[in-house]
Amino acid sequence: MAIRVEHELHKRRFGRNLGVGLVLAALIAIIFGLTIVKVTSGPVANAQGEIINR
Amino acid sequence: MTDASLNGQTQQGEAEFRDFFALLKPRVMSLVVFTALVGLLAAPVGVHPMIAFASILFIAVGAGASGALNMWWDADIDRIMRRTKGRPIPAGKVDGQDALHIGLGLSGLSVVMLALAANLLAAFLLAFTIFFYAVIYSMWLKRSTPQNIVIGGAAGAFPPVIGWVVATGTMSFEPWLMFALIFIWTPPHFWALALFMRSDYDDAGVPMLTVTHGRRTTRNNILGYTVLLAILAVGTAFTAIGGPIYLAVAVVLNALFLKGAVEIWRRDEAMSEADNFAVEKRFFRLSLLYLFLHFGAILAEATLAPFGLGGW
Repeated sequence: MAIRVEHELHKRRFGRNLGVGLVLAALIAIIFGLTIVKVTSGPVANAQGEIINR
Repeated sequence: MTDASLNGQTQQGEAEFRDFFALLKPRVMSLVVFTALVGLLAAPVGVHPMIAFASILFIAVGAGASGALNMWWDADIDRIMRRTKGRPIPAGKVDGQDALHIGLGLSGLSVVMLALAANLLAAFLLAFTIFFYAVIYSMWLKRSTPQNIVIGGAAGAFPPVIGWVVATGTMSFEPWLMFALIFIWTPPHFWALALFMRSDYDDAGVPMLTVTHGRRTTRNNILGYTVLLAILAVGTAFTAIGGPIYLAVAVVLNALFLKGAVEIWRRDEAMSEADNFAVEKRFFRLSLLYLFLHFGAILAEATLAPFGLGGW
């Protein structure tokens, strides 16, 4: 049997890994976006827990 | 030599990304996204677009997670039914345990992220919806009572309530109207499917109404629920989420839906067999359009309201 450099199985694995990678990257982007929105909008508390309205 | 050629079994069972995605029931997810979005936009409180986007996404992930748990639990009967035997687990593409782990992992992730993105009440409702669909419906009701899809329909009815709570943080009457719309719509939708899927549910031993009480009773019940639905759907036009656009859509669609239900009620098995359940199939397709357009009309009323056009 000829030895192939890339088996069909590896293509499937690569596709799956790429998909998981993109999902994780998207999750990071969403959490980052949410963090930015949360810290830049609404009242914030100082170190003593007092609400500061901006 | 590659590891693939050493291990043929691994090669066969190696799932692709799309197989895992199919576990999440993408078509059901699309309905969840739409109804949750309508609930969110119909609420009288504005939400930051990023928070709205993330919330809807995590509601959809939660719905997908419950779909994966359902597929894990129902793999034995999915193998028997024609409609479901192509699903990833019965088709041998995804291992049942993998589906369980994905379902549990995504359930936890979606609930925690919704709590962080929106509020605790919305997250609690999402957790309850996942529990209701995976445990109450899939594990308990589905195989024990012909009321399975009547009570289980609540799971599919929660998304607009969650969307509303994402925006407001509190409960009120209007989202429960949307809940009721989906809840009462579910039985005729699924019973029409059960009529034309014929022996699928009998073979799998699922006690659908067609199996336990016969097809005549199922036809009667489709008509009964459609009448109830029409009263509710048209009545909703005169509430805070309704308006003239919604009223026009509701009157037309409910007239068509009632006509379909009456046709189904007047037919017997011989008539249905003769045209290969054409009327039942048409009613099922109409039911999908019915729900989409009702929620589309609620969305239109909410979107036009700031311009003085939506609502009464």
